[in-house]
Amino acid sequence: MSQATLTLSPEYKKALIELLFQLADDDFLFAYRGSEWLGLAPHIEEDVASSSISQDSMGHAAIFYKLLEELGAGNADALAHARPANERKNCILVERVNGPGNYMEDARYDWAYAVVRNYFYTLAKKIKVQSLKQSDYQPLADVAVKVDMEIHYHLLHWKTWFVQLLSSTEDAKKRMIQAIEKVMNDFPDVFSFGDGAQQIHSYGLIEEETVLKERWIAALEQVLETAQITIPETTGVESKNGRNGEHSVELEEALEILGEVYHQDTAAAW
Amino acid sequence: MIAPLQLTQEDVLRVLESVKDPEIDTVSIIDLGMVEKVSVQNKTVLIDILPTFVGCPALEIIRNNIIKAVNIIEGVEETLVNFINSPPWTSDRITQKGYLGLKEFGIAPPPKHFKEDGSWHIDCPYCGSTYVTLDNIFGPTACRSILYCKSCKNPFEAMKLISNTM
Repeated sequence: MSQATLTLSPEYKKALIELLFQLADDDFLFAYRGSEWLGLAPHIEEDVASSSISQDSMGHAAIFYKLLEELGAGNADALAHARPANERKNCILVERVNGPGNYMEDARYDWAYAVVRNYFYTLAKKIKVQSLKQSDYQPLADVAVKVDMEIHYHLLHWKTWFVQLLSSTEDAKKRMIQAIEKVMNDFPDVFSFGDGAQQIHSYGLIEEETVLKERWIAALEQVLETAQITIPETTGVESKNGRNGEHSVELEEALEILGEVYHQDTAAAW
Repeated sequence: MIAPLQLTQEDVLRVLESVKDPEIDTVSIIDLGMVEKVSVQNKTVLIDILPTFVGCPALEIIRNNIIKAVNIIEGVEETLVNFINSPPWTSDRITQKGYLGLKEFGIAPPPKHFKEDGSWHIDCPYCGSTYVTLDNIFGPTACRSILYCKSCKNPFEAMKLISNTM
């Protein structure tokens, strides 16, 4: 534990750890789903771009796990690989499969879904990270400055795809609108901070859900206006909240694959 | 009688000039602006390094190369390398010498400013032509983009612009 973390009260630390798990697990799963596109992206330049974005995102997950390690929450690698699904705090959206089939065989992934999920998630991440720059916990604020710079390019990339596909053929537009509906159905917990929200906000670690979501909608509406579509209302059918450890079976399968090598020898240095 | 040698910060900085980017052997970590602080406490050397990108897989290689290089200095018993995030690394930290080293390797140095639409422009590192196209903001490493020169018909890479104004 570093000097700075020793003076935190147990309640403060608990709230901070809660928030850091949400941030770390979000990027960990987001990066994994992104990496599953390797070799399958629509063209070679996209393969380079999306895998580079996944690598950056995994770096962000790693640094959030590192902050947890400094707080005494456990070893960063173990936090990433050894926690069961019901202890994970990521939002539902990032654990979803890329589409039917399996990466190793017969992957029939949905690029429209990837573009919408990546754009909506990255825009949400940008808004969170900008709020985190004013976080009361200085080491987190410092990391946020760094992450914010990197995702400038991620956001630019996914926005370009999003706008172009929406203004392309009728078929493309239809698939994009279907993808938007699917993504929005999983969106309710993206800005949620779960049962520990009140403590997280009372210590000034990040701004509140409603404030962040309003910013996200305002930013998205500008882009959607040009395409003459609106953000669909979420149906609320999917009422699970990932921030409280509630997840789909898709997360369990993802963790099994992700941790396969790690579990073969948990003491090895990679 | 020989006077005891006093280990200085300058001794360490001189050696760090020899620690190159693992993939670009014409620029050192000093040229890249990655070395934030060097302090010497008796026989221990403490070095603060700013990662260019958080998830750069070369960081551990760089750490080991620093330790190897600094431990050779007479009087050094231990070298500790710490990666820090504040201040953030920005591409304007690259030195003039770093710019030349990058060009020598065929990589355009980072542009200085963003244009109003958030994009940027850089000239060809080979022929200096301004008639280039950006093929991919993302490249073979986190910090590089892929471009193409329409004048000398060479593909080339450029260091991404990373700035506090983003």
